[in-house]
Parts: sequence; C-alpha cells; structure tokens
Amino acid sequence: MTLTHILAFAAAALLALVALPARMRAWALFVTSVVAIYWLQPAVTIRRMDFLFPTMTLGLVMLAWLLTRAPDQRLTREDAGAAALIVALVLLLAFGRALAPAYRITPSVPPPLSMVVTWLAAGGIALIVLSRVPGGRARPLLALALGIVALFAVLKTEALATEVSRLLRGWTGQSPDLARADELQWLGFSYVAFRLLHTARDRQTGLLPALSLREYTTYAIFFPAFTAGPIDRAERFVGELRALPGPDAARFVQGGMRIAVGIGKKFVIADSLAILALDTAKAQAATSTLGLWALLYAYAFQIYFDFSGYSDIAIGLGQWCGVKLPENFSQPYLKRNITLFWQSWHITLSQWVRFYVFSPLSRFLLTRPRKPSPTVLVLVGQLVTMLIIGLWHGVTWGFVAWGLWHGAGLFVHKVYSDRTRAHYLRLRAHPRLGRAVEVAGVLITFHFVALGWVWFALPDIGASWDVFVRLLGG
Amino acid sequence: MQTWRWLYKPGKPFDRRFIIRVLVKTALLFVALNAAFALLDPLPALGRLSLYNRVLPGRARLPYGENPAASYNLSLFSLEAMFAAHEVARAPARDEFRVLLIGDSAAWGILLRPEETLAGQINAAGLVAADGRRVRAYNLGYPTMSLTKDLLLLDYALARTRADLIVWLFTLESFDAQAQLDSPLVQHNPAPTRALIARYGLAQDSADPRFVDLSAWDETLIGRRRALADLLRLQLYGVPWAVTGIDQEYPADYTPRAVDLPADVTWHGLREDLFAPADLAFDVLRAGAERAGDVPLLLVNEPMLISTGMNSDIRYNFFYPRWAYDAYRRLLLEERDAHGWALLDLGAAIPDADCYTDSAVHLTPACSADLAGTVGAAIVEASGG
Repeated sequence: MTLTHILAFAAAALLALVALPARMRAWALFVTSVVAIYWLQPAVTIRRMDFLFPTMTLGLVMLAWLLTRAPDQRLTREDAGAAALIVALVLLLAFGRALAPAYRITPSVPPPLSMVVTWLAAGGIALIVLSRVPGGRARPLLALALGIVALFAVLKTEALATEVSRLLRGWTGQSPDLARADELQWLGFSYVAFRLLHTARDRQTGLLPALSLREYTTYAIFFPAFTAGPIDRAERFVGELRALPGPDAARFVQGGMRIAVGIGKKFVIADSLAILALDTAKAQAATSTLGLWALLYAYAFQIYFDFSGYSDIAIGLGQWCGVKLPENFSQPYLKRNITLFWQSWHITLSQWVRFYVFSPLSRFLLTRPRKPSPTVLVLVGQLVTMLIIGLWHGVTWGFVAWGLWHGAGLFVHKVYSDRTRAHYLRLRAHPRLGRAVEVAGVLITFHFVALGWVWFALPDIGASWDVFVRLLGG
Repeated sequence: MQTWRWLYKPGKPFDRRFIIRVLVKTALLFVALNAAFALLDPLPALGRLSLYNRVLPGRARLPYGENPAASYNLSLFSLEAMFAAHEVARAPARDEFRVLLIGDSAAWGILLRPEETLAGQINAAGLVAADGRRVRAYNLGYPTMSLTKDLLLLDYALARTRADLIVWLFTLESFDAQAQLDSPLVQHNPAPTRALIARYGLAQDSADPRFVDLSAWDETLIGRRRALADLLRLQLYGVPWAVTGIDQEYPADYTPRAVDLPADVTWHGLREDLFAPADLAFDVLRAGAERAGDVPLLLVNEPMLISTGMNSDIRYNFFYPRWAYDAYRRLLLEERDAHGWALLDLGAAIPDADCYTDSAVHLTPACSADLAGTVGAAIVEASGG
C-alpha cells in the first residue's frame, strides 16, 4: 500500500461513514474490497497476470465460500446479487482497456473483454461443478485446503515458481527464457490463503458460522488488511460487519490516530531505516563487526516499524470502516523472553499457527500408541510450528533456518522456565534484582531475535552464515 | 491493549468539539510553521548540523550520487550540508599541511574508491611539506564540468577552513563559457554564485534563467520538503558509508572511453574559424586565483586520452577536436605567463588509452597513482614557497 492508496481508502471510508446507512456501508465495503485488490496488485511482467491474479483470488474466495457454507445454508438472493456484482465489477474493470492509463485502476492494460468473459464463464462453470461434487463436503474441503497449500508451495518455492512463470510466458507468447520466480507477484495471496484455510478447517469442526457470499468475500479480501494482515477470524470479523456503527467522534479520532501513527512508522521511520538496514550488498562490503551490528539493529527496527506500521494503518482504516481488526503487535522488542515475544509479534499469525498447527499436532502426538515425552512433544511442536511460519514467508533455506532458530529458542525457553520457575518466584521478594533480571531478559531476547533476522534478511544461507559468524567476532 | 490504552481509554472523551479544536489548532500550526520556515530559512543552519565527523567519519569526497541505494551517497545542493559531511570540516591537525583539491569528476574520482582518487593516493604517499608538516589532501572535486562550480566550492571552502595550498584540476571542457551555469549545483545556489559574479565581474549573466530562484511558496516548509529530506538522507546514508567505505556505485561493466571517434571538428557547436578566446571562461580562472589570495595555487591541466583510433587525426578524444584543445592550451599558457601562475600542464602526460576507464579524463587506479606522483611532487615543491 502506498500513501496514495492509504489516503484514497481513508477518504472512501470516511465518505461511506458519513453518507451511507449501515446496510449500504456493508455493501460499499464489499465493492471497495473487490475493486481494491485490482488497484493494489502491482504490475507483473507476464502479460495479463496482474489482472488474472486478483480475478483468481475472487474465484478462490467464491469457491471457498461455496464449500464452506453451513450444511443447511441455501443460496439467497443476496448471494446471487453479490456474485453478480463481482462479475459486473470484474467486467467493468476490464473495460479499463479502453481508457487512458491515468484513468485506469489496474496496473496495466486489462485483457480483452472477450478473454475476461471466457475466464468468468469457465470459472463459473468450474465453481458450479466443484460445489456439486457428490458425497458431501468433506472431500472437496480437504481438496480445497490441499490445493491452497500446493498453490502456496508453488508460489513460495523459487524453482517451482520459475517453472510456472516459464509456462505462463509460453501461454502469453513471451520468452520463457526470461522467466523469474519473482514475476509471480500474487498480491495478498499469503493472507487470503490463511483466511480460507481457517474457514475450511472451521467448517469441518463446525465452528464457522453461516456467512453470506458478501460477508465471506469482504472477510477474505477486506481491503485495509489485504496486503499485510492482520489475519482476523471470520466469526469475529462478521460480528463486526453485521453491526457496523454509525459516525462516532471517538472512533474517528482513534482510527485517524492509528492511521497517522502507522504512516509515521512505515513511511518515516521504517523507510529511513531501510537505508541502513542489513542486506546482501552491505553485508558483503561491511568492514567491521560493529558496523555489521549497526546494520542488523537497523534491520530489526525497520522490519518492526514497517510491519507494525502497516498493521496500524489497517486497524485505523478498519475503524473508519466500522470494523475493529485485531491487534498484531504489542511492543515485541520489550518482551523479556522469546515466548512473550511471539505472543506480541505478528500476533494473529502466531495465533493462527498455534490454533491450526501446534494444537492439532500436539493432540495428534498425544493420541499415538507410543506417546512422546512432554519434552519431545514441546520440541517437535515448537519446531514444526515455527518452521511453518518460516515457510509461510518463502520456501528457502534461510526461512527454514529462521523458523528452526525460533523453534529452538522457544523450546529452550520452555525448558529453562520450567526449571527456574521457583527461582523466579523468589525474585519477587527482591524488586531491584527482579527488575535487573527483566532488563537482562529483554536485552537477551532482543538480541536473539535480531540474530534470527540474519537468516531472514539475506536470501543466501551461506551469506547468512558468514554474517552470523562475523557478528559473533569470527 | 496496553500499548494503545491512551487512545482507547482517554482521560477526556474524544467528542466532536475535541475534533474541531484539534483540526483548528493543526491548521493554525501548519500555517505558522510554514510561514516561520519561509521567514527564517533554517536550511543552512540545519545543513551544518551533521553526524559526520562526530558520530560518523567524514566523507572523503563531496556528496554526489544518482543511485543512493547502491552508492550510499546522494546529490544535494546544500553547500553547508555537503561540507559538513566532508572530512575537510574537521579542524586541521597541528602538523597538517592542508591541501584543498578542487576539480571535476576526474578529481572526484568516478569509478575509483576513495583511497584510489588523486587525493587518496597523495595521502597514501605520506608526503612531507618543506616545513616538515604532513601533506594532507582533501578531495573537493565535484562531478560536473564548470569552472564556476569550482569557484563556488573554492569560495565556500576558503571561507570555512584553513588551506595551505590549493590544487585546481581542470580540462578544456570546464571552460565552455556558455556552459558555466549548467551545473545543477551552481543553478541551485544562485545567491553565492551571483555574489561571485558581482565580486569578480564575471561574464555570466546574474539574471540567467538557469538559476533556480525560489518563490515564496517554495521557501515554506512544504516547498522545501525535498531539500529537508535530502539533509536527513545524507545523514542516514552516512551509516552504510561508514560501515562499507562505499560512496559510489561501481558497475560490473561500463561503456569504456571511445578510441574510435566521430568525424566531427566542432566543439560545443563551434568551428575553428568562429572560435574566440571569450568562448573560454578564463575570467573564472582569474577570479579563482584572486580568491585564493595568499594561499598558493597550483593549477593542473588534467591528463587526457590521446586517441590513436579512427579520426584521431582530427580529434584527440571524444571531448575535443584537436584545434579546440590546441587553442585552449595556447591560451592557458599565455594566461599563465601573464599572471605568473604555477601550472602543471599534464594534458599529454598520460596518453595511453588503457589508463582511462569510462571517459577520456577518468583514470584507472594505477594511472591515478602515477598522476599522484607527479602532482604530489609539485605540492611538495610548492610548499617550499
């Protein structure tokens, strides 16, 4: 999201808040979200893909909605209206082909209308066929979940993404030799995928409430949270959506303040720190250990201010839209241990993974005939959980190392805290000593996290190792 | 959430009146700040505030860079900030023989690391002046070809730092009288440049439209936001510069200097029969010599590639047809004799094409070292008065 996007979204949210009644506002959020995913999508060098990616997002969302409907949920006129509106909006955006670039919302010339109509017709038929597969929803839901994970793996794995890019280039008549993995910039997919997986799993367990297509789509692609989260839960989000409040001075101030703080964090602090932050070129050219630490600190704070700034903007815009999004950060670098850090860093992702990976995995291990010891259970659970968070960022050895680094850190802290609990309780009688231990804990935790960023920041694991060694004086 | 408690559990309710009060105060503050900024013009003072030479090491050459993300350097127009970021802003050591080295991109050192530039190589040579002081050269070159730009930098430097010797490197290209105000640094510093024009009676027009004069709106905080951002970015880029020692982009490959030359005998559109001495800005060189005053001045006609390729019978290199350079050199020697200047005429001293990188005046590190040997010897000689 650029400043232009943010200001336009803020203006649209305010206008809707002031000018529209609550029910119309819910529809306005739906329409704005559909249009926004096309506007936010960056230009892609493979022809037509920057139109196709958002269209595929909508197709996936509609398919997921069809499959995650409540067992007794029938199609309503509102659902038909929402589907028709989506189709109409996509066609309207395709008409942008006839407009000058300045008046077009898509990043490049949309495909010919006939092609878009063909896509929509094929997509519509596919949706109807898939939603009517006999034998209940369990299998299609599983297939949907596996399909999303597979798509995720393709997009996040360089070799696979390059191969897909090559195929797509062949399809569009472009040179396959120029294929690159980073061409498949499907904006928002990571977040949409997690939301869809959450609804698929919650439908299986019966936790998901009945949602209309409009509600489900708005939840999955809600424009303030589309690019960088937070990853809300559907039942909570829809609760907010169904009770959109009217204009309210307090919410206006709170939302405005969050947007302003977010803009300051992202565009002033994070973008300034980006100048100094660790990257491959600086790491290779750095001539001193102290300098390397300075670059690493800059990276640690840049990534925090960048990400938490976007979260603030999303939460502020959400408030102006009448939807209170969940918090995603809570002073993570001031936490005294790595467990508390992960309870305050990208909170919604951590909770998602804990809910859908750690807990089911632990339950699965506990139901094995040969139950693992509690220590092994924690070790496996933490490593797998953090590995998945790492792989969510990309399938590279660097993200694997980063995930394992944190998984190991969480495990060691768990073992350590179990063994030292009594000692820490005794510290309560010595407030000064307790405070000193807490400060030391904050410093140790911060540096553990900062060292972990080395694996995250550099794309090459060998370069990361080299920097890691040099940071430690090697 | 605890972090946002102040916002979600405020001491006083955020009601409509509160919002109106905030908006009115914000508007008033905005207008007042902009008006105050326009009236006070704090940019020069802010430019002098620098982390360089305090927290960060001073830069070895003046800030210049078109791709900051790769060069950890950027071009800006604040002379105050440029000099405050330079190591020349440090007070001279007691045993230092301070040599200010001004000139164009060849002096600044395109494609050379700081230690490979002429100033860097002179410093590495460990020269000792006639009075026993250590020779310390400061690279005040700047990559645009204009003697007026050199004069502007020299004037600024002499007003703020001690100099024991000035070495002024130039080539014919810096003498084009019509192009003196083409340097963006000159254009964005209209007041000091106009002062120089008036003080030394230079041939340039003070009302030249190439000067960038700011309107009242341009002087406000909003109008000057780019200049303010540049000041901040210059400080920020100081960290990667300090950590890596990199201050320009070093491309893996570049277009090498041309050896085969076009069959063109004009120089900046001038033919030999239309050329007049007034086409060269010797008035600026004389002004520089006057500005130097008691500080010894060593002029250096820069070495250049003398091509042996196609059309080298009519041109020395990409820049110069032979007649133009010969006329310039004749005039230069006449001026030297007339004013008694110390001049190192090194135009033909390094003719070998292998000594040049991407231009007919940009030297390789090895040939830069050769030049440093020659200039260094001249510095030591000049230090003896």
